[in-house]
Amino acid sequence: MRARFVIGKIIGAISTIAFVVVFDFFLFRVVNDDPVNSMFRGRNLTPEQLERLRVKFNLDGTKWEQFVAYVRQLLHGDLGYSLKSSRPVSEVIAEAIWPTLLLVGTSTLLAMIGIFIGYRAGWRRGSSFDATATSVSMVTYAMPEYWIGMVALGVFAAGLGWFPVGGLNDPGSTATGVARLFDQLHHMILPAMVLAIAYIGEYMIVARSAMIDTSREDYLQLARAKGLRDTEVRKRHAQPNALLPVVSLSAINFGFVLSGAIAVESIFSWPGIGQQTQFAISGPDFPMLQGLFLLISAAVILANLVADLLYGYLDPRVAGR
Amino acid sequence: MSGTVESGDEVKPVVASPAAIRWERRRASMGDAWGRLRSDRLAMISLFVLLGFAVMAIITPYVSDRADISAVNTADNPTWASPSSEFWLGTDHLGRSVALQVMWGARVSLFVGLAATLLTIVIGSVIGIVAGFFGGWTDSVLMRITDWFLVIPFLPTAIVLAAVLERSLWTIVFVIGITSWPSTARLVRSQVLSVRSRLYVDRARALGAGRVHVINRHIFPNVLPLVMASTTLAVPISILTETTLSFLGLGDPTQVSWGAILNEAREKGAIDRGAWWYYMPPGMAIVMVVLAFTLVGRATETVLDPRLRER
Repeated sequence: MRARFVIGKIIGAISTIAFVVVFDFFLFRVVNDDPVNSMFRGRNLTPEQLERLRVKFNLDGTKWEQFVAYVRQLLHGDLGYSLKSSRPVSEVIAEAIWPTLLLVGTSTLLAMIGIFIGYRAGWRRGSSFDATATSVSMVTYAMPEYWIGMVALGVFAAGLGWFPVGGLNDPGSTATGVARLFDQLHHMILPAMVLAIAYIGEYMIVARSAMIDTSREDYLQLARAKGLRDTEVRKRHAQPNALLPVVSLSAINFGFVLSGAIAVESIFSWPGIGQQTQFAISGPDFPMLQGLFLLISAAVILANLVADLLYGYLDPRVAGR
Repeated sequence: MSGTVESGDEVKPVVASPAAIRWERRRASMGDAWGRLRSDRLAMISLFVLLGFAVMAIITPYVSDRADISAVNTADNPTWASPSSEFWLGTDHLGRSVALQVMWGARVSLFVGLAATLLTIVIGSVIGIVAGFFGGWTDSVLMRITDWFLVIPFLPTAIVLAAVLERSLWTIVFVIGITSWPSTARLVRSQVLSVRSRLYVDRARALGAGRVHVINRHIFPNVLPLVMASTTLAVPISILTETTLSFLGLGDPTQVSWGAILNEAREKGAIDRGAWWYYMPPGMAIVMVVLAFTLVGRATETVLDPRLRER
């Protein structure tokens, strides 16, 4: 990989993060000119109390002074205080990250089964396997993930009672060690399956069309001419090359799965970033929303950077030698 | 362009006026496209489904009264009633008919979906055409901004925007439009780049055509089919986003939309009560409309872009 390619991608990612930081400030301090007023609307506060709140939330001074103070705070990892719990936003977020990573990671791994289905469908384009797989993934694509969650809860939790209705652990459970782990797993199965079902179709469709593109290449003809069996041609020559579009999809999908987790987590009372977002919306708890948006965006930007670099590594034509 | 049309070296006399020829060709190609679309059975079924929902959205105010689903008028109705001959899809916690809510919700969900798509396409096309046509630093700046919007996750952006703005239908339309234009812009730009370098554009320029003329007469008509295909594929995304935002409580509190019905169903405990008739119908409606738009969109895309035909 050329150094220029790597540096270019890194600078691009940094500029995007800078854009998000400015956008975040613009949204919560310029579009919404006086957040203190709108957050405490309806409560009888004296002008002095309002003034003190403005100082507390860094809303005094000119916009430029506010912006400088905001950036300085950010650089120190200080995201301000949540209105609801009065705890530092960074602390609340830090607690919520792990459940979300666990859920999103598990469901992404499950959804990646779609890649293999897509490969097979694309290899045998027009077969009944292809037709079935394509129609099923179109239907799952059309279903909102939170609605799948509601139906799953209705059938498997409220109806059949196979799974708990939500949370990370049974409330009041004193189990430790392996028992606790199993309990957590039991709680995670439904939400992880729901997210996986919602996104498996996308993996399948992209993997399928990547395979169709690859299947026209001359080197497959050569491989067949060498007398390789069909499965070998697919596994050793077609699949590795059809992997490229799937790599960039995974990064884009990371953003989608994270977004999908917002609604799904709140349905399953999963104590992660998504549930915190739902809490912050209903407040509205602006400092919390600001911090969450920054974190989710940064995570997605980073995932994109990793995918870009990986793509450059896997396909030297992109990055130059 | 008066009197003669050049084709290669020979000069032929013109039979009809240029406008008439143009319209004749357009009609022929539209007829051709429609013919292809008609042979796609799934796309035709989808069109009928969409027509059904459109008719439902239009006639709802004439066959029912909006007041029938406001809580003050439903005190006499049974609450949490399962589907019956009086209430086809049962009632909710306030005794409101679920069927009526879904019918009224169709209006909001379809309106927001279509209006937001229109905004998306307009922003995306303008930015794509300007960037592709003018090139240079205009292009660099616009594409930098497009890349920013493309990378930052679009639902969280829509959520924070909707959270700071006033709760209304127009806010939702604006929020979806402002977050989902980048892919259209990129698509349009690349098409403009390929059209711009074609010979007939050079020829028009050599004959003294100005920028506006070239854009209106040569660039835009050639980008239009692509924009149309991308529109049909953008509608389902807009509708899904609208339902998600209303589900998260960011919709207009005075309006009924499919997402808002699902949100209320969940909050009032329809799942624990086993009141499937409350959350199944709005969800099925979403799936049907989104699936139908996706199928029609894919079929349109295939008709307009012959390269996709073998898929």
